[in-house]
Order: sequence, then C-alpha cells, then structure tokens
Amino acid sequence: MVTIFNRKAAPPGRVEKSGISRRDLLKRGGTLSLGALLVISGNAIIHPQAAWGLETSNLKPETMASLLQLARDIYPHDQIPDRFYAIAIKAYDTKAGTDADHKKLIEDGIANLDQKAGKGGYIGLSWEDDRLALLRGIEETPFFQTVRGGLVTGLYNQKDIWPYFGYEGESYSKGGYIARGFDDIEWL
Amino acid sequence: MAAPYDLKDDSVVVIIGSGAGGGTLGNELAQKGIDVVILEAGARHEYEDFINDEWDSFGQLAWVDKRTTSGDWRVAKDFPNLPAWIVKSVGGSTVHWAGASLRFQEHEFKDLTHYGKIEGANLLDWPITLAELEPYYAKAEDKMGVTRTNGIEGLPGNNNFKVLKAGADKLGYKECHTGNMAINSADRDDRMSCQQTGFCFQGCKWGAKWSTLYTEIPKGEATGKLEVRPNSMVQKIEHDKSGKVTGVVYIDKDGKQQLQKARIVAVAGNSIESPRLLLNSESSMFKDGMANSSGQVGRNYMRHTTGSVYGIFEKPVHMYRGTTMAGIIRDEARHDPSRGFVGGYEMETLSLGLPFMAAFLDPGGWGRSFTSALDQYSNMAGLWIVGEDMPQENNRITLHKDEKDKHGMPIANVNFSDHPNDIAMRDHAYKQGVALYEAVGATRAFPTPPYPSTHNLGTNRMSEKAQDGVVNKHGQSHDIKNLFVSDGSQFTTGGAENPTLTIVSLAIRQADYIAKEMAAKAI
Ligand SMILES: Cc1cc2nc3c(=O)[nH]c(=O)nc-3n(C[C@H](O)[C@H](O)[C@H](O)COP(=O)(O)OP(=O)(O)OC[C@H]3O[C@@H](n4cnc5c(N)ncnc54)[C@H](O)[C@@H]3O)c2cc1C
Ligand code: SF4
Repeated sequence: MVTIFNRKAAPPGRVEKSGISRRDLLKRGGTLSLGALLVISGNAIIHPQAAWGLETSNLKPETMASLLQLARDIYPHDQIPDRFYAIAIKAYDTKAGTDADHKKLIEDGIANLDQKAGKGGYIGLSWEDDRLALLRGIEETPFFQTVRGGLVTGLYNQKDIWPYFGYEGESYSKGGYIARGFDDIEWL
Repeated sequence: MAAPYDLKDDSVVVIIGSGAGGGTLGNELAQKGIDVVILEAGARHEYEDFINDEWDSFGQLAWVDKRTTSGDWRVAKDFPNLPAWIVKSVGGSTVHWAGASLRFQEHEFKDLTHYGKIEGANLLDWPITLAELEPYYAKAEDKMGVTRTNGIEGLPGNNNFKVLKAGADKLGYKECHTGNMAINSADRDDRMSCQQTGFCFQGCKWGAKWSTLYTEIPKGEATGKLEVRPNSMVQKIEHDKSGKVTGVVYIDKDGKQQLQKARIVAVAGNSIESPRLLLNSESSMFKDGMANSSGQVGRNYMRHTTGSVYGIFEKPVHMYRGTTMAGIIRDEARHDPSRGFVGGYEMETLSLGLPFMAAFLDPGGWGRSFTSALDQYSNMAGLWIVGEDMPQENNRITLHKDEKDKHGMPIANVNFSDHPNDIAMRDHAYKQGVALYEAVGATRAFPTPPYPSTHNLGTNRMSEKAQDGVVNKHGQSHDIKNLFVSDGSQFTTGGAENPTLTIVSLAIRQADYIAKEMAAKAI
C-alpha cells in the first residue's frame, strides 16, 4: 500500500464519520503516515475516514488519486466530500477500458502534470495556488478540457450532491411547490 | 380517431413537423375537414412520460442529432455541435417551451421603415401589419389560454418574480408583471392549472402549459382528419415537371425509406431543419435548392439577442420553485435609439436547476469564481434577456459539405456572428440586469452568455417581392404555389418578443388561406 494523498489540514467538520478505522487498514498491512486521508491499496484508492473506496480497473490508482485532486481544483466546493468527486472521476476509468486513446490522454495528462510539479508530483503540491498555476498553463489542452467537461455532468448531475447546494430536484411527485414555498420569500 | 392515410393518397396536406407551427396548422386544417398527415422526426412522449430531471429530460426530448457551427458567437466554441436547444418529439419545442406569449409591437413588422438601413443588416418590412395579424393573435391567445388576455388571470408570482419586481420598482420600471403566459392560472380547456412545479422546460407533467402535443394534435385527431406519424424524418420534397410539389421522401419508424404523396406540403421543422430540407431538395430544376430563386433559403438566421443575469443575495430565494418564466419587465422593449441601438428587449424571469446552471453559468469556466457562484445557488435570482437581433445574410444554415446523418442526408451547419447592434443591446441589458439586482441588495450580480438557441428564426423569410425572400405573406413559397413554410423560419425580422404566439397566429391565418385556395382549386 502506498500513501498517495496527504491532505494535512482537513478541518474536523469536513471529514465524515469513520467506517474503516486507521487500525483496520494498518492490520491489512499498510503503512500510513499521519494525517493521510487517501491511501492506495492494490488497485483501489481508499478514504479511511469517510469509509469509501474506489476500485480502479483501467487507470493506475495513482492516476485516479491525482484526478481526484484535479477535480477538486477545477470545481472546488469545500462543503462537498471527496466521495462525490470520486464518483465523478470513476467515469474516466470506465471509459479507459474501452477507449485506448482516452486512457492515454488521461495517463499522459497526469504524468505531464506530475512532471511539471517536480518532486512529489501534482498532489505533492500542497498549496492550491501552486496547483492552479500549473493548471492555468494547461487549461486549453484536450486533457484538461476532457476532465473539466466530464465533470460538468459527472459531478453536478449527481442527485445526492444537490442538497449541498440547496437544490431540491424532482417536484412533481410532491405536488409541485404550490403548497411548498414557491412564494415564501420574506426578506424583500 | 386518427385516420391513417395511404402513402399513395395524393389528396392530403403533408406537414413536416408537429411543433408550434406544424401542430397548429394540422389541427386548424383538420377542423375544416381537410385531410392532413403530419410527419414528425421525433417519438411521441405523452405528458405522463416527462421527467423532472434536466439532463434525463434533455436526453428524452431534445434534438441531439449532430449539427456543426461556425462564426464568432460563443456557442460555436462552447457547444460546437449543439447550436440550438430545441425538441425532436411530437409537439416540437412547445414541449420544452416556457410559455411566454407576447404580441409583436406595431413597428416590429416594419423595421426597415422605422430603423432605416443599417450597415451589415438585411432589414426588410414584413409584408403584413400588426392590424392584419391582430384577429389571429386574439384567436391564438384564446386557443393557448394566455394569461392577462380573454379575462384570464395572471399567474401568482413566485420568489424569483418577487425579486425581479422589487428591482423593477427600484429602477422605476413601470411595466412589470407575471407575464402573458400560455399556462393555465385556473383549469381551462380540460387542462388543470399550474402547480408551480418548476420544470416547465422539461415538459409540463400537469398539462397546465399549452403544447401542441396535448391540445392541437389530439383535437385534430379527434376529427378523423389528422394522422400524426412519429419517428418519420423527411429527407426530401419531390416535384413534377411543372415544378409543383408532389410528395415527400422520409425514413419511417423502421428505418425504411417511404414516399408519401401530397397535394400540398407545409414545412415546419424549425429554422434549422426547414432550410436544411429545402436545400437538400435540390434537383435539376431547382439547382440551389427548392423555393430558393431568391437565394435567401437558409439566410438571415436569427436567434434573438439573449443572455442572462443572476444576482446573489444574503438570504435564500429558491428561484427554481414555481413557474420558470412567469415574470417580465417590458419597459426596455421599445424602440429608442438614444440607448445606442435600434429595437428593444424584454427581461423575463428565468431559473435553471443546478445541473443546467453548472453547464450554462459560464461554459468552460472553472475555479473558485465559478464554484463560489454555484455555492450560492439557493440565494440566487435570475433573469433572461430576449431582444431583437439583426438579420444578416451570412448568418445562415448551409448543408455540410462532407458530414451526413445516419440516413445519408447532409447535416446542417449554423453560422452566426453578432451584429454590432446585437452587442450594444446585450451590453445595455446586462447593465440593467445587474443594476436591478444590486438595487435589491445583491452582494454579487453577473451576466452569463447566451445559451444554445431556443428561438430560431428567419431562414425562409416572408417578403413582399419574390427576390427578397422565400415566402409571401401567407407563408406560401414565391416559387411553388403548393409549398408552404409554417414555422418560425418565416419571420422577416424577430421582434423583441418570444416568438411562439406569432408562429401560432401565422399558422391559424395560413390555414384559412390554404382552405380558401383549396376550395378555389387554386392549389
Ligand atoms: C427551453 C425552451 C424555452 C422556450 N420558451 C419559449 C417561450 O417562453 N416563449 C416562446 O414564445 N417561445 C419559447 N421557446 C421557443 C419555441 O419553443 C419555439 O419558437 C417554437 O416551438 C418553434 O416552433 P416551430 O414550429 O418553428 O418549431 P418546433 O416547435 O421546434 O417544431 C419543429 C418540429 O419539426 C420536427 N422536424 C424537424 N425536421 C424534420 C424533418 N425533416 N422531418 C420530420 N420532422 C422534422 C422536429 O422534430 C420538431 O418536432 C422556447 C424554446 C425552448 C427550447
Ligand atoms: S410550473 Fe406550472 S407550467 Fe411549469 S411545469 Fe409546473 S405546472 Fe407546468
């Protein structure tokens, strides 16, 4: 197991209740540096504190971990847990299984970012500003545009994410808003 | 019930498309006892099938067959294969539409007279006047149940409207209300009233909003004189040696090519598909495409000068609750060149759900300036700008040189660039929109660029003289007497108003004309 993501200063409120404990992971034979939030185990990335894991089938797990950070940097919503970003980027892994060009685009794109970032790679850059500086240099590339474009639906079209934004979604089955606050504004 | 007509029956009127223009014309003719076949490229989804989910609904209803784009409009960069957001389904774009139903202003039928010649603009007066269309506007408003006409009450204002109204009052705007909407404010015409569901763009599951799908079409079918054939994509219109049209070639639901004979053909496929079809119907007799002796088929493509403004407030608005577009300010719709442009614009409430907001807020945008706006989604209010744009000869639909659809028909390219007048108007409207929200205390207000076109107009325009346009004042082709255009592509100019009420009025008027000409054996 490799520790691949080290987000030190996650405020306690942002991290969800633990399912897999750090001890569980350690028991499985991993090593873990203090403060790490994401770990790679075999072909999965695991978020021990928030109890989710993402199996990768076609992209390298390290690539997926970098993609997760990249996704957060492109569409940063600090109130949204990592797992939603993980679901969004899973689509790239799936597509890589049937589309060799896509796979190469993503792997090469991340490798290029890592190389530009220097020692420690892209996710080793702990300041957002440093990562953004890199991204501004590549924002016109097909790699960046593919990742960004996919996130527009991959991230924002997840129904479970809508409540974080206060969007209530489907309303027909509830009889519309005629009796549920379509005109309830008070502060005007 | 629906009368099935034989493919060889050459006494029928064939209408291509079942939207605002085609669906209305079909019913009007059927009511007069005329036999009608409507060929519709899309499937038939009834209102219980609609989905309260933006992307799923888009997948169900929208025209997503490939098109290409060119020109300097931003849509060509952001949505290169989606120039327009319109529908491929029985009912056409009246399934998606928001219901805003406004009459043109008198001067908007006579742009050339009132605005004068404008460089780069291909302005022309309509061959009809407001006075001529007024009786048909009245019929259309009654048919569609437009609020604030025929004694029908306005819709109640939702949160988004209340913010708009407060801003309008602060800026001193006088004409602001919940709109003239083809949405029932009370039960009417066997359809129930609006339940403030907030998914007007996704098809109204209550049937409160007028759509040809569940009004005109079933009424026409009930006469036994109208057959609607879904999943039937017309590829070509055929003609005889004299140049009269004789029928249409289409791909049926099983993917087989068919020929439907016709006495009269009416084209109503919306302003991209209608010229595409006419251009594709070229022959040794009509080398530049059918009905195109003027060379104007496909030209003068208009899409309204649009854009949106959103304001973010300290406290919640929940703009997405309730009717999407029931709110309007009309004060800027006047023609007043002192503002630095000719023509005018309307401001209408608009809300998108979170998924579409993410897609349209700033297409291609990313980073915290983008996400911090979305984070305030529930505290947002929004308005849409819809203004008159200039017809330009080179804003046009052409057949793609190489790319074809799956049945071998060349796909359409949509070329569009803004005219300086469009830009001046949009900038003015953006400023007013931002000022409006700031006046109510917005902590942030920002414009967003035009979406893929929902209002597509002008590509087979009406003209007095045959050399200036494609059809006469009845939508009848100047070149071919039994060929009609029945959709928004007839518009000579676009006006500041949402177009559908005018499309429907023209279709009712056209039906009278066709019936009269048929009776007189002129066609
Ligand atoms: C989201 C949205 C909101 C809108 N809101 C408003 C509003 O509030 N007020 C307003 O006035 N307007 C509004 N509009 C615009 C309005 O819907 C259109 O202007 C109007 O429906 C156009 O009518 P039409 O007859 O030209 O074409 P449509 O209604 O689009 O009908 C064309 C039909 O022809 C079919 N067709 C095309 N080509 C072929 C072919 N070759 N063979 C067979 N069938 C074919 C299509 O599938 C389609 O069903 C809105 C549109 C959208 C998309
Ligand atoms: S808000 Fe009214 S018109 Fe719009 S979809 Fe809901 S019920 Fe229909």
